[in-house]
Formats: sequence, C-alpha cells, structure tokens
Amino acid sequence: MEQRRLRIVVAKPGLDGHDRGAKIIARALRDGGFEVIYTGLHQTPQMIAETVVQEDADAVGLSVLSGAHMTLFPEVIRLLRERGAGDVTVFGGGIIPTEDVARLKEMGVAEIFGPGASTEEIVAWVREQVKPRA
Amino acid sequence: MSAKRDWEEQISRPDAQRPARFSTLSDLELQPLYTPADLNEDYDQALGYPGQFPYTRGVYGTMYRGRLWTMRQFAGFGLAEHTNARFHFLLRHGETGLSTAFDMPTLMGYDADHERALGEVGREGVSVSSIDDMTRLFAGIPLDRVTTSMTINCSASIILAMYLVNAQRQGVAWSALGGTIQNDMLKEYIAQKEWICPPAPALRIVTDMIEFCARRVPRWHPVSISGYHIREAGSTAAQELAFTLADGLCYVEAALKRGLRVDEFAPRLSFFFNLHSDFLEEIGKLRAARRLWARLMRERFNPRDPRSLMLRTHAQTAGAALTAQQPVNNVVRVALQALAGVLGGVQSLHTNSMDETLALPTESAVTLALRTQQIIAEESGLTNVIDPLGGSYAVEALTDQIEGQALAYIKKIDGMGGMLRAIELGYPQREIADAAFHYQRQLEAGVKTVVGVNTHVEPEEGDPIPTLKIDPALEREQIARVRAFKQRRDEIKLKRALEQVAGACHSGENLMEPICAAVASDATVGEISEVFRRELGVYRDPGWL
Repeated sequence: MEQRRLRIVVAKPGLDGHDRGAKIIARALRDGGFEVIYTGLHQTPQMIAETVVQEDADAVGLSVLSGAHMTLFPEVIRLLRERGAGDVTVFGGGIIPTEDVARLKEMGVAEIFGPGASTEEIVAWVREQVKPRA
Repeated sequence: MSAKRDWEEQISRPDAQRPARFSTLSDLELQPLYTPADLNEDYDQALGYPGQFPYTRGVYGTMYRGRLWTMRQFAGFGLAEHTNARFHFLLRHGETGLSTAFDMPTLMGYDADHERALGEVGREGVSVSSIDDMTRLFAGIPLDRVTTSMTINCSASIILAMYLVNAQRQGVAWSALGGTIQNDMLKEYIAQKEWICPPAPALRIVTDMIEFCARRVPRWHPVSISGYHIREAGSTAAQELAFTLADGLCYVEAALKRGLRVDEFAPRLSFFFNLHSDFLEEIGKLRAARRLWARLMRERFNPRDPRSLMLRTHAQTAGAALTAQQPVNNVVRVALQALAGVLGGVQSLHTNSMDETLALPTESAVTLALRTQQIIAEESGLTNVIDPLGGSYAVEALTDQIEGQALAYIKKIDGMGGMLRAIELGYPQREIADAAFHYQRQLEAGVKTVVGVNTHVEPEEGDPIPTLKIDPALEREQIARVRAFKQRRDEIKLKRALEQVAGACHSGENLMEPICAAVASDATVGEISEVFRRELGVYRDPGWL
C-alpha cells in the first residue's frame, strides 16, 4: 500500500518579513517529495493553526528572525493543542539564540535548525522524524 | 609566438588543486587574466573624470580628498531613550551621521499596544508609536547640524511627519533639516516585505513625499532607492543593480507624472547598495551603478541640472554574509566589504557588527565596526587618490559586464510595462528566489565556500560572545506609555485630523500636510496606518516560492 505523502506547512509567524530561508526550505521539501503549503508572510499564530488544521498537515515549520520566537512558537503550539492537533510536529529556524532552543524544545518544539543547517539535513530530518498523523 | 599565447598554453594544463570554473559570488564567470584588450577604448566616454558625466570614477570631483564618506551606523532597539543613548554613544565615538532602526510594529504600522505587536516591541529596532517617542528619540541632537537617516517604508510618511513636527517644536526650520527616509516601497514588494497597502497606493504616498520634500524640506532625501535588501533576499549583483535602478526610474516617472520637473526632485534621490563579499564584483557594481544611472537619466529624462544625473549612495556591508559560527571572523569580512565600498566610491557607510547574526549590536561590537571605517579612512591611504582601481583591467571589465547585464534586465522590465507592472507579475520576486535557491545549492555542494560554515568548520564552537538582550519588560513599559499617551489627547481634534487624512486618501491631495497635522494632534503610527488600511487597502503576501 502506498504511503501518502507527508504534508508540511512552512509558515512565517509575526511581522518578520525575512522569507529567503523559509522559501528555500519550502522548495527543498517540495523537491524532497513532500506536499508543502507555504503560508506566506505576516501570519498570526491563529492563522497558522487554522492552516495546519484545514490542510491536514503532519508538521509545521516556523521561521522567525525578528526575535519574537519565544512568544510566537509557544502560541502556535498552544493553539494547535486547543484544536486537537497537538500531535502535529512543530519545528523551526531563524535567528534563535542557543539558550532559547532548549526552552523551546521543553515547550514541545521538536527541532530548531540554526544558521548553517543544510536543506539536505532538514529534508532528511523531516523524512525520519515526522510521522503521518493518524 | 606571442607572450600571451605562451601564457595561455602554459595555463591550459589543468591544475588539480583548484576548481574547474571560477566565478564571482553572483556566479559571473571570470577570466584568469584581464589585459588592455579588455579596456574600453574611449576613456572619456566610458570613464571620464570624477564629478563629471558619466561619473564612473566618482560622483564628486574631489571624492574623499574633499570629504570623507559619512560614517552612519544603523542603530535602534528597545525604547526611545535606549536608542537615544546609543545615538549619543555613536556620535561620541566618531560617527558622522545618524541612522535609525525601528521595530517591526513601527515598521508595519502598528502601535506597541496592538495585538499584532505582541512579542515584537523594541526587538528589531526602536519602538516609536507617538510624537512623544520621536521627541525622546532625538533628545539632545541638534537636528540642524546632524543628518539623520530613517529606515522605514510603508509607515515612512508618518515617521517623517513626526520628525518634522518634532524639529519644528525644537525651533529648527525645515529648510535646515538634512537627512534621508528610506521610503522605497517598490523594493518592499520585491524584497524587504514591509507593506500596508498595495503597490499603486504605496507609490502614490512615495510620490506625495517626493513632492512635499521638494517644496518644503529641500535638503531632505525623500527616498533611498535600495538594492541592499534585494541582495539580502538572494539576488545576484547584476539583479541588485538592475532592480534598484528600475525602481528609481519608476519613481522618476511617477514624480514627472505628478507635474514636477525632473530637476526639482532628482538631485535629492539617493541610493542604498549592499557591500557583499566578492571584492572586485562589488567595486565593479558600484562604478557600473553610477554610469548606468547617469546614462539612463540623461537619455530618458534629459535633465539640465547635472545633479539629477548623480547616483549618490549609502552602503551597508552584507548582513547575509555574516556567520553565527566563529562570529569573530565577521570582523574580517566586514573590513573587506567596507574596503570594497570605499574603493567603489560610496558616500555613506554602515559597517555591520560581528554579533549581528545573533542579536542587535553591543556597544563594544559596534565600536569595532566604526573603528573599521576610521582605520580605512585614516590609515589605509585609500582616501588619498580618487578611484585608485580605475584602469584596472579586471575592474573595468567587471564594471562593463555588470552594467551590460543590468541594462538587459532593465530593458526586459521596460518591456513588461515598467517596475510596478513587473512586481504585479511577480517577475523580480521570482528572479530573486531562483538566485537565492541557486546559491544555496552551490553552498551545499561546496562550490561556494564560507569559512566556518562549510570549510574550516570547528566542531566545538568557542565560548559564546556576549550579545544584546532585549528585556521583555520594555514591551510592557511601552504599552503602558502608549496607553497613557492615548488617554491624554484632545479626542475631537484628533478625530477631525484623522478624517482629513482619510479624505486626502481619496481626494488625491498630497497626504503629507494632513499627516503632519494629524501627528501634531497626537495621532499615532498605528492610527494613521489604520486609515491607510481602511482607505487604501491591505496588501497580502502572494506567497510565491
């Protein structure tokens, strides 16, 4: 039986407009065989949670370079749980100081890809770590 | 056999140590050697003299022998008083002009107390919601003696109005004010992605500001036509140049359509380019920029004032070239990039701090960045001779090549109906995304190398360098201040002033006068932006990959 393709949302929460990385990762994931939904910029956590639910996504990657990650990541996680989508894998990247990475993981973020992480690495991680939602 | 053929034969045997193909950072293929054959025969036409058409060798006759570039460090974080302190710190350490970084809420037209500002106040820059913030921001700065640059775009009209109203209250005549407001909306849709309304109304506001400043604030630069962000988004050097100049041509056409004569505003158009890591390519790009702008302006608009032909530019070393790995290496990168800027003849320069991949700069990091400029200015000898690399076979070849590539892009955009139309079609956005992806593939394949990232990687990073932390309590403080400010106002006067702004959105009258009046009636950044949203529409990211 053919396994359905994993569905990944790539999202830009908050007011941050730096989308170079998010777009490259979205392309790389698409080239890697995943179904990718890129939300575009200026998404509120609510909008992202809605998209994840509506698109039946298995994972969501958040990109934040504005320093607002400690507000935005936990809020997305909270809203996903509220909508019964707490099993969606949340990962991310951007400008996130090392000391915040540990705290984000405690809050439920599966992985943070720092500067220098390759698209190859990220695609491989998604392939290995993201499980299709039941 | 000629010496050249001897040499060509000698080098035709492959050298196993180095890559097979040599190209610039923008993937422009390079010859092993350039010779007099690569120089344009007509020196006067191609190069000429500094301060004379086509300005290839410099926009001023004496360049740095007459006056050094302005050392203008981009600064802003937290609340107004924190950034004010940083301004004074930088001036004390020898910077010669101010440059203001605003936080994301301010940049996007939200007050600090708006729900979309949550978590973002004071983080990427200084929070300015009200005229009180503006007053505090520039406390103790003699506005008639220091020039200020403000990096802000979709809410630029409001921020400029606040700056002007503050100046007036400080007793400084608008005719004495010098500075720049970035206000380059076309590149927002292309690259920086800060917007409120769609491109056409945004262009109208930019044109209003060009017209207003031409008449009322004559020393002010109402736009800083920018390539920096286009390059940061991943474009090549030729695309950076092409899209920037195409944006510029669009602004000129819009102002002419408004009824201004070219010489009334073109002398105060300014530019802003990136200084990336490929040394020769950047120098070639800057020289090509001056020559191409001068040629295009002359052939399309025929100005009488030579100042309408001069491309004067600020430049910033490439943020995207900095690495989080082994951050001290960034000091070296920035020095080389700044050097390229000086050899390329820029008028104003910001050098990045080594910690900027991680956070906004600390005092010690930004001091070093400033010292980098000062050492180049005082010790390198490069300010003694104008355009010292002029005549270099390689530099002239690159200048010609980049100019040619940029012109090809500009003609393509002409064919689409101009930059506004090209943006609606998604053309520059897609070119940039493709270039960014291409570079990423090259980086991951090791075709392009970055020390500390894919070469000379250290498995264990050293002790982390100290970085600036923004206290989350500042956000709560600013929210309280903004709320208190909103309580103290003449509500009737404010309401009428906002209605005037709304009316002007539709009547077509210049928005700056009503915006200045609104700001003087204590309207906030968010409130005036909300009028724009309601009356001029809201733009949403098309989300193209």
